[in-house]
Amino acid sequence: MTTVTDKSRPSTGTNWLLLLLKARTFVALILVLAYFSFAAPNFLSAANAVLVSKHVAINAFLAIGMTFVIITGGIDLSVGSVVGLCGMVAGWLLLNGVDPGLGWSIQFNTFEIVLIVCCVGIFVGWMNGMLITRFGVAPFIATLGMLYVARGAALLSSGGRTFPNLNGNPDYGSASFPQIGAGTFLGLPIMIWMLIGVTLVATYIANRTPLGRHIYAVGGNERGAALSGVRVQRVKVFVYMFSGLMAALVGLIIASQLKAAHPATGEFFELNAIAAAVLGGTSMSGGRGRIIGTIVGAFVIGILSDGLIMMGVSSFWQMVIKGLVIIAAVVIDQAQSRIQARVALAQEAGMAK
Amino acid sequence: MTAGRHPIGLSIRGAVKVYPGTRALKGVDFDIRMGAVNVLVGENGAGKSTLMKVIAGVEQLTEGEITIDGAPVRFARKDDAVAYGIGIVFQELNLFPDLSVAENIFIGREPLRMGIDIDKGAVQNRTRALLQRLEQDIDPDTRLGNLRIGQQQIVEIAKALAEDARILILDEPTSALSAAEVEVLFRIIDELKAQGVGIVYISHRLEELIRVGDYITVLRDGEITGARAMDGVDIPWIVRSMIGDKSKDYSTDITHDYGAEVFRAEDVRLPRPGGGFFVDGVSLSVRAGEVLGIYGLMGAGRSEFLECVMAQHAQSTGRYFVEGREMRDRAVDRRIARGIALVPEDRKSDGLVQIMSIRENLTLSSLPAFTRIFHLSLAQEAGKALDYIKRLTIKVASPENPVSSLSGGNQQKVVIGKALMTGPKVLMMDEPSRGIDIGAKAEIYRVMRQLAAEGIAVIFVTSDLEEVLGLSDRILVMADGRVTGEFAAGCEPAEVVAAATPGKKKLKDTAA
Repeated sequence: MTTVTDKSRPSTGTNWLLLLLKARTFVALILVLAYFSFAAPNFLSAANAVLVSKHVAINAFLAIGMTFVIITGGIDLSVGSVVGLCGMVAGWLLLNGVDPGLGWSIQFNTFEIVLIVCCVGIFVGWMNGMLITRFGVAPFIATLGMLYVARGAALLSSGGRTFPNLNGNPDYGSASFPQIGAGTFLGLPIMIWMLIGVTLVATYIANRTPLGRHIYAVGGNERGAALSGVRVQRVKVFVYMFSGLMAALVGLIIASQLKAAHPATGEFFELNAIAAAVLGGTSMSGGRGRIIGTIVGAFVIGILSDGLIMMGVSSFWQMVIKGLVIIAAVVIDQAQSRIQARVALAQEAGMAK
Repeated sequence: MTAGRHPIGLSIRGAVKVYPGTRALKGVDFDIRMGAVNVLVGENGAGKSTLMKVIAGVEQLTEGEITIDGAPVRFARKDDAVAYGIGIVFQELNLFPDLSVAENIFIGREPLRMGIDIDKGAVQNRTRALLQRLEQDIDPDTRLGNLRIGQQQIVEIAKALAEDARILILDEPTSALSAAEVEVLFRIIDELKAQGVGIVYISHRLEELIRVGDYITVLRDGEITGARAMDGVDIPWIVRSMIGDKSKDYSTDITHDYGAEVFRAEDVRLPRPGGGFFVDGVSLSVRAGEVLGIYGLMGAGRSEFLECVMAQHAQSTGRYFVEGREMRDRAVDRRIARGIALVPEDRKSDGLVQIMSIRENLTLSSLPAFTRIFHLSLAQEAGKALDYIKRLTIKVASPENPVSSLSGGNQQKVVIGKALMTGPKVLMMDEPSRGIDIGAKAEIYRVMRQLAAEGIAVIFVTSDLEEVLGLSDRILVMADGRVTGEFAAGCEPAEVVAAATPGKKKLKDTAA
């Protein structure tokens, strides 16, 4: 997105550096890919690529939702628990349906189950949003509370047990449920198609709709945005609802992949999502971040952990390396914003004479 | 003169201070006489605060020298100035609301027991002694945030006194004080004078200056326009020195007839927490093409009134009419759609989203105009942004640069551009020329007059006397949240100043 590299001749050196820094997540991705292609045999095989993508996708969904939340200056710690809760809801609906207590039960087909589970995720996000906007609870606290509530609800739904054998029932039209996580379309897993779709929609929202602009404005300067006529509260509620929806999708995918729903699913997923967003250049202080950056960030993290596993690096070292990469990303990010500000200042100073 | 009685403690010669884009001080000579009150007066942006910051070591001079008792000194940091016994009470309070009064007074230089922990007893006793000297019945353990603003100001003064200041700078110390507290402050000032402390006193309340001052120095646009002993000084002399004879370019040659009334506010009230009102029953109306200036001192409730119109205070009451139809909706975007636009006072925190680009800031209020259903046309948006950049002659290298890279004047034009893009019928501007250089000011004035000529009603708020006199077709004066005077263009400056003095009863009946 550097539009004026040729105009300011004196600082061409800085501009190259800036370009390099801006593309740092891509650079990291290429480096990680190149390294594992050499170090880990079979890493570049098509089968492995699909496998890695599936791992990455789980995190990427959550990270996309998280990116919007962080851009508004908030945080959503509840997504991991919502993943667990939504998986349990899907499992319950598949196994038991809804029993109105009249001696018969309502059963749902796959489409209806997906719809209901998505509504559950959106509802949890709506509650987060309401807590934050109407009751003035800090996002960290509101979503931390929701983290416990949703996890507890997931555990309560089965008494802590797993819902097994979620194969669906052809009689109810739910036999296609396992296809969400396992099916393929044109050679690619359905969940990858879903990720592509969600990425496109999220990028479109961010770049080409007033809502997206408002999300950035709220994070950049909430009061300024409000005075400019931005409905700050609505925007905030939306991002938490969107994040909840992403968590619901992940809950569905995992339950479908495993053909089982376990209430502890999704623990610490929120931290991975935050890491991917930050690695992709999203600023924790709000106002800055891009969906595509987050996707690349999720791939860097995913490839890193899968590659290290293939190389047989101990999982303890994996954690250390992952942590260092995240910290390094933020350090570089700070350097980039400083240089960027300097280049822009130099340009404007050149104009003003 | 009385020079022998009051020796010069600190003097500045040829002070020049250059900020990027502006010269805040242009060769200023200033003396602080000990045992006397040295009054410094001037419009906003005249350079008073800059001069005081230089003396307090917060800013460094570009050229010129400071001497104390005849010996040249150099203050690289605030600590250096403190070491010479210079204390300053800034206009904005620099206090910690969640710490106690005693902790606030000794913040950063707490007395220690054997260099390890804070000597709480000593802190308490010294605080109590200080507050007694200031005739304040405040418990040193009170949480500062629980005090009234006036009391907080006293604490700020106590903080300066605790440093045993030889020279004490008071920047608008009375702007938040009640009449009784002002009396206390004046007694303290007398006492300090008797002890030989040199006091620099900055205020916009001219009667107060004449009462308390011994010497007066008037600054205008970074230059001294008058310096003498206070004997024989009256308000007209101060006003003349402050605003000068030759007027700046207010573009009043752009004239036109007014249209019908486009905006009317009726009985707007904004309650103050703990009793009273920030805005106390303000009613006003403005006609198309009219420039209405609202003059008043800090805390007169002018900005709060504009914020009420812009639906920023849920607890405010009052009725608003745009072109005769009442405006009831409390959502900002709906009010914008009705033709109200606000250029807020604080560009940084209210006017702009600093990390967004110039284009994105310009169009933030007008996105619906480029949107079909939910699709934003970036091409249309960029076109419109360029349009306004040209129209307002905003100097930018690229509309995609962050707005924070622009100078103050150009940033202000972006804020104005954002407001104009919504197609307002009423443009409200809060201190439109604050913090920008003279060239940019003249351009902003020209834009305002031009907009009025195009039929927009302009309401602007200012504490700059010269500006309100030069720019307005009609002047409203506010004090204590009330309208205290209404004047036509070309009125007597001293009368406007008198009406703006707080603590008086409603003057509207006599003025109208």
